[in-house]
Amino acid sequence: MKFLKIIAWLSLVGLIVIQFFPITLNESDTVPQSDFMVVNQVPATIKNRLQVSCYDCHSNNTDYPWYSKIQPAAWYLEDHIQEGKDELNFNEWAEYSDRRKNSKLRSIISQIEEDKMPLDSYTLIHRDAILSDEDKRMIIDYMTALKDSLE
Amino acid sequence: MKTVKRTIGTMALAAIMVLTVSCKDGSKNEPAAPMSNEMHQESMDDKDDMAMNENQDAKAEAILKDYFNLKDALVGDDNDKAKELGATLASTLGSFDASSYSDSEQQDLKDIMEDAIEHAEHISESDMAHQREHFKILSKDVTDMVAITGTEMKIYEQFCPMYDNNKGGAWLSMNEEIRNPYFGDKMLKCGKVQREIN
Repeated sequence: MKFLKIIAWLSLVGLIVIQFFPITLNESDTVPQSDFMVVNQVPATIKNRLQVSCYDCHSNNTDYPWYSKIQPAAWYLEDHIQEGKDELNFNEWAEYSDRRKNSKLRSIISQIEEDKMPLDSYTLIHRDAILSDEDKRMIIDYMTALKDSLE
Repeated sequence: MKTVKRTIGTMALAAIMVLTVSCKDGSKNEPAAPMSNEMHQESMDDKDDMAMNENQDAKAEAILKDYFNLKDALVGDDNDKAKELGATLASTLGSFDASSYSDSEQQDLKDIMEDAIEHAEHISESDMAHQREHFKILSKDVTDMVAITGTEMKIYEQFCPMYDNNKGGAWLSMNEEIRNPYFGDKMLKCGKVQREIN
């Protein structure tokens, strides 16, 4: 019993200590000229859907939820955002070569078709990020048209 | 009282587990991984440099060799082997040196390599269906690379019209005989030779 008590105290102290580890926030005031929405003529409805459902992890500006203030949740988010941006950063769209744009669009389409994105762990809390069948069809059609225009 | 203590204890244990896991992840990600990667790449470079003296296109040939190995793993429906070979190909692609080519060729090659590396990396961490999806675009990248670098090998460009919801998929092979990397055992012989290189 004593042993458990020590562990309880240690973990409590541990939890408090890690609260002081800062994370680098993925935030930016400006939308760069290379942004997907700036470069392409994106209809307003699609723009809005992408912003809400994708941009938190696939751009340089995340709209952070309340639990991002608490460790270890913040580390978990930081990891996900980094990974998301490595795969696709909408803010850097114009910097991708046509070949890579093509690959990215292909992946966007298949990820949405297969319901892999947005992630379940994300939509669990961000209910507004869930794409309806209509949203999906709209985005896929738009991305397909964009892809065809590149080829 | 006893139960309260027990619950606190379990919660604490859970918290510690979360902690240790995240700490481990952190330390693993930082120094170890990039170091070993660098070392690996360095030794690759050395090897390639040596080969380079003997043969100008050694690097393109090395990429083709890794690509064919990957293709064979997909033909054999071998997910794990394809993962391994995808990683090998990614590092070979990463060590490609385009400096002997003209400026515009260098730009094209850079675009090709960037794209191909990404697909090879994805292949190294995906299930079969995804590996094949990425292999389709990777095949286009490698074909475009060969158009610039050329090769000593005799290569066949082959095509299966049924893959990807009948949009079709092409690949390169050293053998004229069809062995389909997109369907594997399911339709091993679907496809035809589309073009011969060399």
